[in-house]
Amino acid sequence: MTSHVLSLLVEDKPGLLTRVAGLFARRGFNIESLAVGHSEIPSLSRITILVDVEDIPLEQVTKQLNKLINVIKIVELDPAQSVQREHLLIKVKVDNTTRSQVLEAVNLFRARVVDVSTDAVVIEVTGDSGKTQALLRVLEPFGIRELAQSGLLAIGRGSKSITERVFKN
Amino acid sequence: MTTETSPVPSAPASAEPEMLTGSGAIIRTLELLGVTDVFGIPGGAVIPLYDELMTQTKIRHILVRHEQGAGHAAEGYASATGRVGVAIATSGPGATNLVTAIADAYMDSVPLLAITGQVFSTSMGTDAFQEADIIGITMPITKHSFLARTAEEIPAAIASAYHIASTGRPGPVLVDITKDAQQNLAPFIWPPKLDLPGYRPIVKAHGKQVQAAAQLLLAAKKPVLYVGGGVIRAHASAELLALAEATGAPVVTTLMARGAFPDSHPQHLGMPGMHGTVPAVLSLQESDLIISLGARFDDRVTGKISEFAPNAKIVHVDVDPAEISKIRLADVPIVGDAKDVIADLTLAWADAAQGTAADTTEWWTYLHGLKEEFPLGFTEPTDGLLAPQYVIQRIGELTGPEAVYAAGVGQHQMWAAQYIKYERPNSWLNSGGAGTMGYSVPAAMGAKVAEPDRVVWSIDGDGCFQMTNQELATCTINKIPIKVAIINNSSLGMVRQWQSLFYDGRHSFTDLNTGHGTAMVPDFVKMADAYGALGIRVTSKDQVDDAIKLALATNDRPVVIDFIVSPGAMVWPMVPQGVSNSFVQYAKDHAPTWGEE
Repeated sequence: MTSHVLSLLVEDKPGLLTRVAGLFARRGFNIESLAVGHSEIPSLSRITILVDVEDIPLEQVTKQLNKLINVIKIVELDPAQSVQREHLLIKVKVDNTTRSQVLEAVNLFRARVVDVSTDAVVIEVTGDSGKTQALLRVLEPFGIRELAQSGLLAIGRGSKSITERVFKN
Repeated sequence: MTTETSPVPSAPASAEPEMLTGSGAIIRTLELLGVTDVFGIPGGAVIPLYDELMTQTKIRHILVRHEQGAGHAAEGYASATGRVGVAIATSGPGATNLVTAIADAYMDSVPLLAITGQVFSTSMGTDAFQEADIIGITMPITKHSFLARTAEEIPAAIASAYHIASTGRPGPVLVDITKDAQQNLAPFIWPPKLDLPGYRPIVKAHGKQVQAAAQLLLAAKKPVLYVGGGVIRAHASAELLALAEATGAPVVTTLMARGAFPDSHPQHLGMPGMHGTVPAVLSLQESDLIISLGARFDDRVTGKISEFAPNAKIVHVDVDPAEISKIRLADVPIVGDAKDVIADLTLAWADAAQGTAADTTEWWTYLHGLKEEFPLGFTEPTDGLLAPQYVIQRIGELTGPEAVYAAGVGQHQMWAAQYIKYERPNSWLNSGGAGTMGYSVPAAMGAKVAEPDRVVWSIDGDGCFQMTNQELATCTINKIPIKVAIINNSSLGMVRQWQSLFYDGRHSFTDLNTGHGTAMVPDFVKMADAYGALGIRVTSKDQVDDAIKLALATNDRPVVIDFIVSPGAMVWPMVPQGVSNSFVQYAKDHAPTWGEE
């Protein structure tokens, strides 16, 4: 299996997410991560899906998604031609002996501490999954109390926009 | 801009739009879309709609006895004509009773508009009385759906639904309308703005791909045109005939495409698939080029997919891009409407041909040999009872190709596909993809409403008939004189056949006790009588023709003929499930021989 990043431009309609998620479940495709939010156009949302499939089923996924009336456009974002980021909030157990080591890791990874208490810190990190996974591995031994992770966000490099061709007319 | 000299008196430009209730808007919208008939049954959440229906005259409403009947009737109406069928149901159980018909329409690409009532918008999500999330329930089985919570939204929702249902690959679209939306007043503005930026069905195919297909067809020594239901939905039979006759290629028509190409045509090899003719099955299996036209490589056609047509290149024409290469990788994918693509392909072929087409004489010699050696046929049952195939064949012969035949699902469906000769599209209606028992009677009813001048037969089984026969009441009351032939083998015959062949003859719960030598519960003739239909029982061969003729002569009420047939009869030929089509059996333990590759 290989991971593919799909970026969908969709109408912001009730039930849209159910239609998309239901399609994946129904056709037996596995969603690794999902991020939904507004796009630069008020009535349209953008969904970024990380899906784990081979190339031929991926073509089916794309075609089936395209059949959804509220899906306006789908592009696959090549990692080399796009910026891909995920966002993590990590609560790590600390005490007087480990705090400085944890903070050192935070600095090395250019992460940030966003909350501090006597026995824990909350760390915020943004990056591709290589970086975030590496940070998690480093923090693991100290004891990760809680982890909240966003879906992958991605956008193509350069000046082109996914919405461009759709609204040319 | 105003024109002072307009010759057509138009509505005064300054007039305010007319105020209508949401219910009035539903009806006006349907009217303006050209809908003349709807099937439905009222309930709490659609009383406002029914109140408005009562006072109008443009739309005929047929009051069914069960919502499933409304759904299948709308399907039959659509399949017999190509127009959109409309079914109306109330919220909750009314809507869920439509689900089977919606699923059926989804599988067979039937343009169906389902209108359901919904509880008050203020009560939605509270588990209100007769509330069901019908949009959620039907999401996987509709092409799309709309929820109208306000009267203002109704015209655009219904017009969009109608547009989506009837264009591209047709399919069911549901519009769920809250009771307050039906009751409230709103200005009726026509035409509404259809805001569907994500819906752009592709109609015209890529010229380059069509050229590539024509080149493959020219070079093919063993071509076959694999015709699916899409050709019927696209009204492309005339174009198909032209392509077939120009190229001389053999044609097979799937279960969904029976009638798309005349059965009497010498290039027609019949139906492929699990119960297809030997020549049709083997033509696909051994071809070097399959041109798939509006077909979707269903498992019932291909048999074991990894062994299907191993030497064939595939040209796959479909209006739905997702069908192409879904099951079998296409060498030349062509997305487009079958009508346009077939016409373009014929032109491209003619342009490129110039006497250079490959010789298919050898292929035809082989296929003619198969046709002669393995014609469709049946043996008389050994129990002395009627042969079901004979009954169905006689219905077709005595009624002719102008009639409409709607089958249920099972053995009788296969025999009706095999032994009735179809000469025109939309004359054969059945539940192909979903395999919905109970489809036949209401579908025949819908077809008869759409085509009142045609004879409409429901070819049904004793099992299927018992699922939806209450619509006979609808037929009698509304003067819809359909003719029902119950092929009564006293059992769920197709399951019984599989039990006989693959489960050591263990007939687990497939005996319905409706036929010969049983309690005959219910008595279908008495039942017909109770419904105000003419009931006839036929038990022997010499009664068959007279009964059919009497049915054909009776048009003041529905007719039900209870044909008591042999439970032992089986559908042949057969490709057992999960094996290669090469193992087609002409009859029990009788497989044809064919040349090694």
